Amino acid sequence: MDVSSITLGEALTGLDRGDWSAENLVSALLDRIAARDAMVNAFLNVDAEAALAQARAADEQRARGETGRMLGVPVAIKDNLNVQGQTCTCASRILDGYRAPYDATVVARLRKEGAIFLGRTNMDEFAMGSSTEYSSRGPTRNPRNPDCVPGGSSGGSAAAVADGMALAALGSDTGGSIRQPAAFCGCVGLKPSYGRVSRYGLTAFASSLDQVGPLTRSVDDAARLFGVLAGADVRDATTVDVAVPGPDACRREDLKGVALGLPREYFAEGLAPDVRASVMAAVDACRALGADVREVSLPHTEYAMAAYYIVAPAEASANLARFDGVRYGYRAPDAISPLDMYCQTRSSGFGPEVKRRIMLGTYVLSSGYYDAYYLSAQKARTLIRNDFIAAFRECDAILTPTTPTAAFRMGEKTDDPVQMYLADIFTATANLAGICALSLPCGVNADGLPLGLQAMGPAFKEENILGVASALENAWGGPQGWMERRV
Amino acid sequence: MTYEACIGLEVHVQLKTRSKMFCACSAEIGEAPNTHVCPVCLGYPGAMPSINRKAVELTVLTGLMVGARIGARSKFDRKSYFYPDMPKNYQISQYDQPLCIGGDVAIDWEGGEKRIALTRIHLEEDVGKSTHFTGASGVDFNRAGVPLMEIVTEPVIASPEEADAFLQALRQMVRYAGVSDGNMEQGNIRCDVNCSLRPQGETQLGSKAEIKNLNTFKGVLAALRYEIRRQTDVLESGGRVAMETRRWDGESGTTASMRSKEEAHDYRYFPEPDLMPISLSHEEQAFLKTHVPELPRARRRRFCGEYGLPEYDSDVLTADRAVADYFEAVARASANPKASSNWMMTEMLAKLSETGRSIDETPMKPRALADLIAMVDRGAINMPTAKTLFAVLFEKGGDPAALVEADGLGQVEGASEIESMARRAVAEHAKSAADYRAGKSAALQFLVGQVMRQSRGRAHPQKAAEALKKILEGDKSDRF
Amino acid sequence: MSLQDETRRAESMDVRRVAMLARLALTDEEAEVFRGQMAGIVGFVRKIGDMDIAGIEPTTHAHPVENVFREDAPVDGLDREVVLSNAPKQADGQFVVPRIVE
Repeated sequence: MDVSSITLGEALTGLDRGDWSAENLVSALLDRIAARDAMVNAFLNVDAEAALAQARAADEQRARGETGRMLGVPVAIKDNLNVQGQTCTCASRILDGYRAPYDATVVARLRKEGAIFLGRTNMDEFAMGSSTEYSSRGPTRNPRNPDCVPGGSSGGSAAAVADGMALAALGSDTGGSIRQPAAFCGCVGLKPSYGRVSRYGLTAFASSLDQVGPLTRSVDDAARLFGVLAGADVRDATTVDVAVPGPDACRREDLKGVALGLPREYFAEGLAPDVRASVMAAVDACRALGADVREVSLPHTEYAMAAYYIVAPAEASANLARFDGVRYGYRAPDAISPLDMYCQTRSSGFGPEVKRRIMLGTYVLSSGYYDAYYLSAQKARTLIRNDFIAAFRECDAILTPTTPTAAFRMGEKTDDPVQMYLADIFTATANLAGICALSLPCGVNADGLPLGLQAMGPAFKEENILGVASALENAWGGPQGWMERRV
Repeated sequence: MTYEACIGLEVHVQLKTRSKMFCACSAEIGEAPNTHVCPVCLGYPGAMPSINRKAVELTVLTGLMVGARIGARSKFDRKSYFYPDMPKNYQISQYDQPLCIGGDVAIDWEGGEKRIALTRIHLEEDVGKSTHFTGASGVDFNRAGVPLMEIVTEPVIASPEEADAFLQALRQMVRYAGVSDGNMEQGNIRCDVNCSLRPQGETQLGSKAEIKNLNTFKGVLAALRYEIRRQTDVLESGGRVAMETRRWDGESGTTASMRSKEEAHDYRYFPEPDLMPISLSHEEQAFLKTHVPELPRARRRRFCGEYGLPEYDSDVLTADRAVADYFEAVARASANPKASSNWMMTEMLAKLSETGRSIDETPMKPRALADLIAMVDRGAINMPTAKTLFAVLFEKGGDPAALVEADGLGQVEGASEIESMARRAVAEHAKSAADYRAGKSAALQFLVGQVMRQSRGRAHPQKAAEALKKILEGDKSDRF
Repeated sequence: MSLQDETRRAESMDVRRVAMLARLALTDEEAEVFRGQMAGIVGFVRKIGDMDIAGIEPTTHAHPVENVFREDAPVDGLDREVVLSNAPKQADGQFVVPRIVE
């Protein structure tokens, strides 16, 4: 067994056959983490003893004949999800000392299916960022090239999966935080439709955009995890009760009878030639698999970034108001009044990017500006959503690049917030519209950096995009086939 | 110049739910600090609210009672401000699409009726409770997240007394419908008022002061009286009333400007993304309508008409819904509303106030009181016996007929039995017998009393008197 | 006032006022850096004012679902020891904060 390359599905098969135990898997991953993570910095916290204990328990359960869809499978968890008894820092100083007294619904569902919680992955503070450089605990590096960023905000999860330190990981995606790092690191990242997966226990960034999803080494793994995570939850009123497709329903051999749309607005200037070439090659592969490829239009795309950077900070400014030093986490010492306590705690507890977004969000909601910014952005959302509804009348899925460029160099965009924001340009629209989207590695550039193809599907039609991705992956010779597709 | 006051109230009513507004924690008040808390009401990272259906229903029920329009589409919003007792530093409330719009509450005013127009009724969550020590404050979040219904009136209340009458009527109504316990001491009803003055006849509103921290109805009355005096003084000395928030100090009986609150508020309301909008169908509204109780004022009028009760009695009997329900059950079962009212007004209310109980805490069923009344009516027991029985029933419950049977409390019916008791009384009190015979008719009363005593109250006084007369007068005739 | 006029009026954000609303204390240096950055960001999002949105309904939720309720049934919450173990400062079962002056 080589933990650095096996898929979650293969790990389960090996466990079923008795080729290895969960303890073997966890030990091998811990070894890999010990060898690699000093450089990558994908993990904020690994409780080796607890993970091994969970693995032994899973092995005993399996020996007793008990079953579970994830029994004995180690999964890494982004540090913004609550796991009972564990720290949950969101890579922020302000949550120092906080220990979660409850499981997020997604964590509880994984636990019920027998998954093992390997460790907590690094991220941009409160998921605000596209490079995992805005972490209070130091940046994560791209395992394919340590001088480059892994993307963000789920950079730790993507790097851990890509580098063989975890079989799979959970991430969260508000404007591309699963898909963009998946593209930069070379793994599969799925952002389910809004309302598909419970957000209960996910530390909120932007409540109307956030979704939890898997980062994996294969499309099938993503479908398997999706099947466990998805489904309505009484604790999250925004979840919708729509039947969840199983992994088999998400698998396709070919794309006969499938209509795919290419939105012209996503192939405009500013798209790096290597990304364009790789994505167009993938589109050709779809045609070869029998897909009917046509051009579609999403005319309001140009307003998406502005709408996103109004809505997300606005909601964040309220969501992050709770970090005040009263009930949990960090409190600045020696405050003389509640006001002083708030200001000192929040000023020293939050990093600069979080402060920028809180200020932006506070500003766009403040008296006199609400209509011009927030309300306009919510109306723009309606138009963007309608664009997709119209486009999906003509196709089953939309294909675009996941990012305008391959992974950029560390430090390249940290001084220019707006340039950093543009890293989300192709991904944030799916969040604004509430539809599902995934990133599939589709090749490598001349520097050996992975490139990502984004497939977007109608709300609650994850099987459409997982189907397209599985057919492509299959055509390329399996989960690692993309590595051979150089542009 | 004469000024008139324009008063508006914002009344917060704690709803009678078992769990909190947005989480499943118990909504019970008065437990040890921080024992009814969970990730949601503590504002933990990742926790999310979910709407308590009952709280929505109680609010809509209130709206239906006051004739409000139920919003076709209602939503929750976040209201942002930092305060240590506010777990998320935003309160989930309703900004521009409340559950209920308009409506009014009728009050008795100057011998007639006045209707106080409402602006809206909306639903929100309560905050925690802070206590102050030297140099520090402690916060208990048990109350955080308890459902509050906010009832906002138009600025149409003309006097402190009218405001008080409105609050009394409102409290009676929410209690009637089981919407709230309406207990002001427990903080079930809290109130902010705004008050402005304008020259008599002027139609524009003057600049208003908002007064906070009013925990009792008396406080509202006193604060408004003070505030009207204060504003009159300001205006009469040529000054201007400042638009500000003032705090009522019950001890000094004055209001004072809250400087800390003067910092301009910017609540940054926006729609709560974690909660879906509410849109109650006509069927659901119709269903809730069936739960609208007959309101106290209507019931009072009906009691006067249907049962022929005096206005005062109707008023007393309808003050509390359970008492009114009890009375009606007794009146119907006994077919004697007058007697039912008398028993309720005297014995029942006296017992309740004496024992500090509410009417549903006595084991005596309305049926039992009705039976008791019927037994008196047909002469099976006398009034003193009935009162004794009432006391027993009030404490222990049961069937009055069975009690009479068991204790032998029935009226002494047999003529021979009464006659023998009468003879004994005459024999034992020869002086009184002689007095009677000598024409002192008052002596008969004494002898009747003796018969009653022998019978332990079971003899019918009139029959005893007849028997005595027969004996005394018969003796007389014997003599001749 | 048109939407565009209104957004132009907002040309320069009052960084200190906004920071105070958000309970952030900025050093002079920070305020200076943020002033420049926020101007750039606000300029970036101001593009929203160019959009023709007349008669368009706002989207708060991606999917038009209504009436999602919970039944009114109480469930035990967290143990007080657990809750207070997370508190930066606590005494007598309460969260302790610097004295609140009303």
